[in-house]
Amino acid sequence: MSFDPVLLSRIQFAWVIGWHILLPAFTVGAASFIAVVEGLALKTGHEVYVRISTFWIKIFAIAFGMGVVTGIIMPFQFGTNWSRFASAGANVLSPLFAYEGLTAFFLEAAFLGVLLFGRKLVPPWAHFVAAVMVALGTLFSSFWILSANSWMQTPAGYEIINGQFYPKDWIEVIFNPSFPYRLAHTVIAFFTTTGFVVLGVGAYLLRRSRSVAESRTMLSMALWMLTVLVPLQIVVGDLHGLNTRDHQPAKLAAIEARWDTARRVPLTLFAVPDDEAERNKYAIEIPWLGSLILTHDLDGQVKGLKDFPADQRPPVAIPFFAFRAMVGCAGVMFLLVVAGAWLRWRGRLYDTPLYLRLCQYGIPLGFIAVIAGWFVTEVGRQPWTIYGLLRTAHSVSPSLTGLDVTLSLLGYMAVYLLIYPWGLILMLRLVRRGPLETAEAVAIEAGRPAGPVLAPAIAVAKGKTL
Amino acid sequence: MTQVLDLVPIWTIILGLAVFFYVLLDGFDLGVGMLYGLAPGTGARNTIMNSIAPIWDGNETWLLLGGIGLLAAFPVAFAVIIPAVYFPILVMLLALVFRGLAFEFRFRDAENKTFWDHAFCYGSAIATFAQGLVLGAFIQGFSVVDGQFGGTSFAFLTPFSVLTGVALMFGYGLLGAGWLILKTEGDVQAAARRHGRICLAGVAAAIGIVCIWTPMISPMVAARWFDWPNMLLFAPVPVLTTAVGFVTWRALSGRAEAMPFLGAIGLFLLSYLGIAISLYPMIVPYQLTLWDAASSPRTQAFLLVGTLFLLPVILTYSGWSYWVFRGKVRADIGYQ
Ligand code: HDD
Ligand code: HEM
Ligand code: HEM
Repeated sequence: MSFDPVLLSRIQFAWVIGWHILLPAFTVGAASFIAVVEGLALKTGHEVYVRISTFWIKIFAIAFGMGVVTGIIMPFQFGTNWSRFASAGANVLSPLFAYEGLTAFFLEAAFLGVLLFGRKLVPPWAHFVAAVMVALGTLFSSFWILSANSWMQTPAGYEIINGQFYPKDWIEVIFNPSFPYRLAHTVIAFFTTTGFVVLGVGAYLLRRSRSVAESRTMLSMALWMLTVLVPLQIVVGDLHGLNTRDHQPAKLAAIEARWDTARRVPLTLFAVPDDEAERNKYAIEIPWLGSLILTHDLDGQVKGLKDFPADQRPPVAIPFFAFRAMVGCAGVMFLLVVAGAWLRWRGRLYDTPLYLRLCQYGIPLGFIAVIAGWFVTEVGRQPWTIYGLLRTAHSVSPSLTGLDVTLSLLGYMAVYLLIYPWGLILMLRLVRRGPLETAEAVAIEAGRPAGPVLAPAIAVAKGKTL
Repeated sequence: MTQVLDLVPIWTIILGLAVFFYVLLDGFDLGVGMLYGLAPGTGARNTIMNSIAPIWDGNETWLLLGGIGLLAAFPVAFAVIIPAVYFPILVMLLALVFRGLAFEFRFRDAENKTFWDHAFCYGSAIATFAQGLVLGAFIQGFSVVDGQFGGTSFAFLTPFSVLTGVALMFGYGLLGAGWLILKTEGDVQAAARRHGRICLAGVAAAIGIVCIWTPMISPMVAARWFDWPNMLLFAPVPVLTTAVGFVTWRALSGRAEAMPFLGAIGLFLLSYLGIAISLYPMIVPYQLTLWDAASSPRTQAFLLVGTLFLLPVILTYSGWSYWVFRGKVRADIGYQ
């Protein structure tokens, strides 16, 4: 193993963000889902909605807590490992991070306390407002961080003086060319991921005849949402790809493992790309389809990797396979949604055991697609951190030795490998009990902060005496 | 670019405030975390944890604002300081992971409650110590080459930084004790008063040693303190500090409930100002001034517009969430 601080820092970054993103992938959608269910509960007064919400809030709290602690690690990575990137890019990027903190993180943190501990302490409408605020916070957060990331992919509105980036036009910086596509694609991805979790959990509970009314509602709500979002995601993904073709052609060539620029290119379904030999082995291809998909024209020209000097090409295999994994997930999702719509139409959605089982197995689909998608995006950007302008190798902190980064990487690995399975087990335990039992049980929660002093205050406010 | 208004002083104040808010808010809740380890039993531990469970996340968010604010306003300083304290930051972050997760996990995982008890207490202690190391390294100064940190990743570790590490543990412990006196009663409060006095003694000793040691390692600080007429101008700081320390001691020993916390805040404020006037205008001590390290005027202006609007809003709703959970905590009251 080579002790190259650049390579190790890249592995470390991929490690910490790869784990971090799994939590937003669920919490962004879950926060909105909870807000919607809280709204329904407020409007209709049905117990079912209150129980669904209470149930998901408990699972959400664990995921969110993990999201926060792994998130706090992220901005420090820029300083510890990527200090040259930090000082070169800060004039442009730092306000985006700072606005994320100011508009999103404080909002989430302040209202989370009320959302988690406040149901019996504040009036129902205030609890609903807290849920909405947390959901808004997660969306603001996505907005800013994706803007920052997109600027690194497709920089705009800047000028370079002495190797430093300076802002010229903030609107161009924030709404850089790939941002609208990336924002839409990622937020839909997060809602989809949450949708499949809710769908799968509903199906699991139904198969065990637990909390039947709640599970049916969850299954139905999730399926409606997915019926809209999954097809939409495929369309947005296609547009995203066209945008990539225009702004990051080398990335697109890597995604398609295309070496030579040509017209009427085939679509490569499978191949083993060989960076050294600059060709694919064992390729399985469909003629013309590549041009049709990538240019929406049978005769369209697609750029190949050989158009770019070898030291400006991304590695091919990772984007190539990760892209196929993502699109594969999209295909499976689409089939699940179509099957669900058909069953619903036939009135058999809740009692087709095979379908319920498939939904349950579908829970990881969104997470896999999200991780795969980010690997396409990020590895496809290589060898640059700021596309075409700042190399990854020139971004790393100069003081770091291979040993330093090895030690920190081992630390992050040990801790994440401990806490992720642990958190997962705790969440699965809550799932197994289902909404009905969760609403009743208090045993292992003895000592939960109850905002105690407020309880009498509220009771008084409501004209009751304790 | 010509600039009518120099924004650097404004950003210095905002960043200074953000860091001070962090030190106070997460300071007391890290302190509470350390004292948690000394609590007499499960009931007391529940009370102690409950006293900060609804607010800790908001408190920790100020750490982000401090870090990102430094990146935004003084990127060159960020790029020098953070790599220079690579390991203290790493250790702090990992400790904060355990401590942060303890809130949720402890209540969901009855079988491993003890593990999470330890995670909470040691996590808080280690994170605090690591922050103290950062402070010590900062006062010592960093080697800078071409606008980047030029030393090794272990240069931070000296007897001085270990001392500031321990000092901060006492300091946060004092803040935490003040908070617990405010939020609890009976045995838990009595224990907090006892621990508070021990911490105060530690803080007093640490301030004394740091005041002797700092001018020895830093000629700049020595010159600033001991040159005439500075000596006369700065004289109120040690006098005030001694007075506040004395008042705090009395409050800890007596029956006052708010005074110990206020006294602790006063001590932190004075020490903080002491460091600020000693090092001003350096942001990377002895190497880069605030102006050397500042981001571009456009960056500062763009961020300032939003910050001036958003900070008051944040303070309002964060204040509201404190108000919602105001008053004494009692372990025996639950929802159902
Ligand atoms: C598109 C969404 C998204 C992406 C790409 C990222 N995050 Fe994240 N992050 C969130 C969406 C999010 C969130 C939904 O807002 C989280 C997840 C759970 C939570 O508590 O908030 C969060 C938490 C979170 C926190 C803790 C906030 C707190 O204390 O409440 C920090 C500091 C970061 N993130 C920073 C980052 C950085 C520096 C990233 C990239 C390098 C990053 N995140 C990628
Ligand atoms: C949220 C999902 C994200 C995932 C899963 C992800 C994944 C990755 C991966 C796998 C790498 C390593 C690529 C390689 O070295 O081959 C990487 C690098 C990097 N990414 Fe991302 N990333 C995400 C978001 C972001 C965001 C939001 C930013 C900044 C705003 C960002 C900034 C960087 C930087 C600075 C590097 C280090 C330099 C590099 O290795 O290219 N990433 N990321
Ligand atoms: C056929 C369907 C899809 C197509 C054509 C598609 C297309 C793309 C493309 C071209 C990129 C890379 C963009 C770039 O970096 O320039 C991408 C990234 C990504 N994809 Fe997909 N995608 C599809 C389905 C999905 C699904 C179902 C999910 C998750 C549920 C998903 C999640 C992501 C994520 C998280 C990224 C990284 C962020 C980004 O760059 O937007 N994709 N997708």
